[in-house]
Formats: sequence, structure tokens, C-alpha cells
Amino acid sequence: MEYTLRLGDNALILGQRLGEWCGHGPVLEQDIALSNVALDHLGQARMLMQYAAELKGEGYTEDKMAFFRDITEYHNCLLVELKNGDWGKTIARQFLFDTFNYFFYTGLLQSKDERLQAIAQKAIKEITYHAQWSAEWLIRLGDGTEESHKRVQKAIDALWEWTGELFEMDEVDEKMCEAGIGVDLAGVKQQWHEKTAEILEIATLKKPEDGWMQKGGKQGEHTEYLGYMLAEMQHLPRMHPEASW
Amino acid sequence: MSNKDNWKIWEIFIRSRNGLSHKHVGSLHAPDAEMAIKNARDVYTRRSEGISIWVVPSESITASSPDETEPLFTPADDKVYRHPTFYDIPDEIGHM
Amino acid sequence: MYLRDFYGKAIARIFVTESTVKIMTKETSLEDRFQQYVDGENKVEPKDWMPEAYRKTLIRQISQHAHSEVVGMLPEANWITRAPSLRRKVALLAKVQDEAGHGLYLYSAAETLGADRMDLIKDLLSGKAKYSSIFNYPTPTWADMGAIGWLVDGAAIANQVMLCRTSYGPYARAMVRICKEESFHQRQGYEIMMTLARGSEAQKKMAQDALNRWWWPSLMMFGPTDDHSPNSAQSMKWKIKRKSNDELRQEFIDKTVPQAEFLGLRVPDDALRWNEERGHYDHGEIDWEEFYNVIKGNGPCNKQRMDARNKAHDAGAWVREAANAYAAKQAQKKQSSAA
Repeated sequence: MEYTLRLGDNALILGQRLGEWCGHGPVLEQDIALSNVALDHLGQARMLMQYAAELKGEGYTEDKMAFFRDITEYHNCLLVELKNGDWGKTIARQFLFDTFNYFFYTGLLQSKDERLQAIAQKAIKEITYHAQWSAEWLIRLGDGTEESHKRVQKAIDALWEWTGELFEMDEVDEKMCEAGIGVDLAGVKQQWHEKTAEILEIATLKKPEDGWMQKGGKQGEHTEYLGYMLAEMQHLPRMHPEASW
Repeated sequence: MSNKDNWKIWEIFIRSRNGLSHKHVGSLHAPDAEMAIKNARDVYTRRSEGISIWVVPSESITASSPDETEPLFTPADDKVYRHPTFYDIPDEIGHM
Repeated sequence: MYLRDFYGKAIARIFVTESTVKIMTKETSLEDRFQQYVDGENKVEPKDWMPEAYRKTLIRQISQHAHSEVVGMLPEANWITRAPSLRRKVALLAKVQDEAGHGLYLYSAAETLGADRMDLIKDLLSGKAKYSSIFNYPTPTWADMGAIGWLVDGAAIANQVMLCRTSYGPYARAMVRICKEESFHQRQGYEIMMTLARGSEAQKKMAQDALNRWWWPSLMMFGPTDDHSPNSAQSMKWKIKRKSNDELRQEFIDKTVPQAEFLGLRVPDDALRWNEERGHYDHGEIDWEEFYNVIKGNGPCNKQRMDARNKAHDAGAWVREAANAYAAKQAQKKQSSAA
């Protein structure tokens, strides 16, 4: 269940972040495009939360999972909870995460867990599109104007330390991997490094050196940003815990 | 383009399913053809309206002028011999 | 050369006009011919000759409509991050996204008349162009998402259904697409209201409060009464508008009051009662002073909405510019490799 929840939380928190852009995008066409990406993530989050809720039992539902867990019970990686920043930072975060997600879900297609395998099958089409979309945008910004180049390079540099966690294998990962349910992150890491290096080069951007990496999200240790996000997201159902909406 | 941040207009044509032609559905703005296709996907196929997209810069389209409607199109109106009903075929021959 | 201009802008128009005049006899003016054409329920297309005032009226109306869609995203987008269930969250996000799409379709229709979207947007951002005043009201509670979908979209749909038959082809086609997509918006809103009205005491109160706040502004959406609507007559004559403000407003009230009754909510109008003789509901006086005040910019959220739009536009400038610069570089590369 924790494994499923990690995937679900990644999707939910990123979808929630991207939802903040709606109505504030740089041009109508891209407002619509980013909302589509957000909707994909939220759709995946719902499938995964439903599954996690079933595994948990005790009358849990997708909404109880989303709205009644506290910050330490959230298991998403730190990268997705960071603030949106400008369009450059959002694109950089999408690019780093989408590329990871693409190789991860490609691996998950082989999962022995039927349900996860089915979810991966549906999600991989969306994720493939996301990875293309954010890579293309990264290239446009990197090789666009001087200003866009500077902005997006700064974003990539700032986000780099949050990417190490994506490939960190902990006990849960190892157990799931051994059972043939989860994905071996060492393989994903290599593919990710190759792909990001390739795209960054086309984008005329510098690939940062791996240095100190932040971690802890998967185990429930989060940044301050997530607390505010959950407060905003959860306040209404928590104020009326018996209500249905 | 007077404005550095103004994207040009593209006309969007969508094939809703194989067997049908692409049909004009509207326009949108994009800096280049690749993004015009992606934008068209997000703007015009959110409800599964299509399986194939054409994008054409609006400025590349040459249109006939309404002023020429008569010389262009009325001459065809009296060429009835182009239609099957112009010819008399006995009923017993059946459908032809 | 003239023919290469897809939308038939200024030069092409002069060309067309002169030659058409030559052909025509003097007894009917171009305006009269145009009127006869429209009276015959024919659609006007972008390159057709049209009176300059018709073109201007359309550009103004269509762009105002587009601005309303785009500004209208804000009061609802405001709740996407706070929607109380995942199902509601995705529905609301999809709805607000649709509004961006509708703004886009409408700007496109205005562009067929020779307008430039960027110019239209700049008019909005500078405060020169108007948008629907309803979006200058705040959305403090979740029930506002219900009330907006039910009432504001309901009122908008009444107007839009009429506009599907408007005389200008591209506008009518945009409306047909919009109406198709809008159909889920009002249902989405009504479902929220229904859930609240059948929920806890606190939820019921929330629903009633939202109805109290949105009822009158929704009625104002149809615009001034017919005797105070100076441009209406000409728009009706040109068949841009097909029904008067008061007619549309009455239709909306007649349809909506029973829906409120079904919810067990009270419409905040003491004068509201069914008039057997007329076959319509009679309603109380609308506070037109408030209406004009909000139009003037004194609504609770006018400044907030314009600030948000300006901020998004300004913050997006470097992004739009970068994409153009990249496209130009690529085009150049392609050219030099072909050479």
C-alpha cells in the first residue's frame, strides 16, 4: 500500500501544484495545455488513491486518503511539492520529473501486480506526452532568448538537488522490486541521466554535477511548502468531517 | 510581426476518424508548427474529437473573393449534363 | 495579392467594395442589400462586404465576450486548489479550462474580422475594453462554485443558445461549439448546489447564502432593460442578437425559479410570484445603480481581477518571446541548410 501511495501522492501533489497555474498561464493556449497535464496527474492520483484505499480497508476512500492524511503521512518525493516559481521553473520541474516518470512507468508496465500494471498501461500514454511536451518547452526556453536561457538554467540548477531522491532505493522499494511489483530505480537512474543530458544539450543548457541531494519525502519528511499546500487543499473537508460534497 | 511576443495564427483542420476528411475547426496562436499541433490537440480535441491534425499558417491560405462568387460559381449552375438525372434511361434497366 | 489575405482585411475590402458598386444599380445601397441578405436568414462570412458599423459592433461584442470568458476563469480557478473532493477538483479544473478554450474560440472569431488578439487583450488589460461585470463579485465559499455554475452559466447559456443563430458565421460556429461544451458546466454547478442543499445545516446555509449573493447579479448579466439599451435595436436588426435583454432575462427566471424550489432554497426576491395571466414570473426591481457602479469599476473585485490578468500577461511576455525567438532560429537553420 505504501508503494501505491507514493505514486499516488506524487501524482496528486504535482496535479495540485499545476492546478495553481489555471487562469494565470503565459498565453491562453498554454493555460489550456498545462491544465490538461494537471488533469492527467489528478486522474492518475485518483486511480492510485482508490487502489491504496482498497488495500488499506477500514472504510477508506480516495478522498479520505487525500484530505485526511497529515503531512508526515504523505509519501511524495520533494521535487513535486516545491513551489511553481515562474514558467521556466515549472517547465524545468516538469522536465526533470516527467523524464523520471516516463522511465519509471515504462518499468511499471512489467509489474506483477495486476492493478498497478493496468494503471501504468493507462498512464504511460499520458506520461509519454508530458515528457515530450516538457522537453520541447525546455528546448524552446533554453535556446530561445538570452533571458529565457538564463532563467531556465537557473531553475535547472536550483532543482537539481531535489532529483537525487527519485532514485533512492529504500526498504519499501527493495521489497517491491524483489516481489516483481516495483521498479528498479538504478536502471531508471541511468536512463534518466542519459535522456536529461541529451535534451539539456539540445537546449544549450548545462547539466549540473550531482552534488548534495535532498531526500526524505518518500519517508514522510517534507519541506515547509507541503504544509501550506495541504492546509489549503484539505481545509474544507476537515472543517466538515461528516459532510459529503 | 510587430510584436516580439505575439504568436502567429494557424488554421486548424481535424480528421475526426479515418474515412473522413480533415475539417476546418477554428484557429489558434503558436510560434511554430510543432507547437501549433500540440496546441490544437489541447484546444480542439479535449473531448476526443480527432485522430489527426493539420495546421496551416493563416497567412498561407489563398481564398477566393466573395466578389468573384458569380463568375466563379454560377457558370456551373446550368451545366445540368454533369448530373445523372440529365439522361433518360428506361426503368426496366434498373439502377445505373 | 489581395486574395492572399485570408481574412479580407482593409485593402481587400476596398477592392471588393468598388467593384461591387460598379456592378450594382443605384436603386439599392450596399447597406440595403446587406440588410436584405441578413433578413433572408443568410450568414455573413469573413470576406463578405459588411457595413463598417456591423464589423465594429461585432468586434466589440465578440471580444467583450472573450474577455468575459478569460476573466471569468479567475473567480472559479480560485477554488481549484480547495475543492473538497478529488471528483469536484477535476470537474472544476476541466470547467475552468473550458472557459480558457471558449475565450480562445471567441478571440479567433473576432480575428476573422481583422482584429488582432494581442490588441484586444491589451484593450482589456488597460481597462479600455469591458467584460461581464458578474466576475467582479467574489467567491468566498465553496457554494459559490455551485451558484456560478447553476446561475451564471445558466444565464450565459440562455444568451449563447440565442447566439448560435447570430448572423455572423464564425461567431455562430464558435457559439455552437461553446454551447456543446457548456452543457456540463451548468449541471456541474447544480449538482454542487444539490449536494449542499441536501447536506448538513452548515452546508444548506452555505448554499442559501450563495444564492442570495448571486441571484441579482445573474439577472443583471442580461444587461439593461430594453428601454435603456441603446445598441440593442440595431443589433437585433442585423440579427447579431435575436432576443431582447428583457426576453432573455424572463426566460432565465422562468426556468430557474422551479430549480431553486426543487433545491428547497429561497430566491431572494419578495416580489417574485407566478403571473398566471402572463404565463411568466413577475419579479422585483433590479438595482441598476449597483449594476452601473460595478461597470464603472467599483465592484468588489474589479481591481483584483485586472491585476491578476495583467500579472499573468506581463509574466508571460518573456515566455512568448522566447518561443518566437526559438521558432525564428529554427526557421533560419532550415533555410540555410536548404540553401
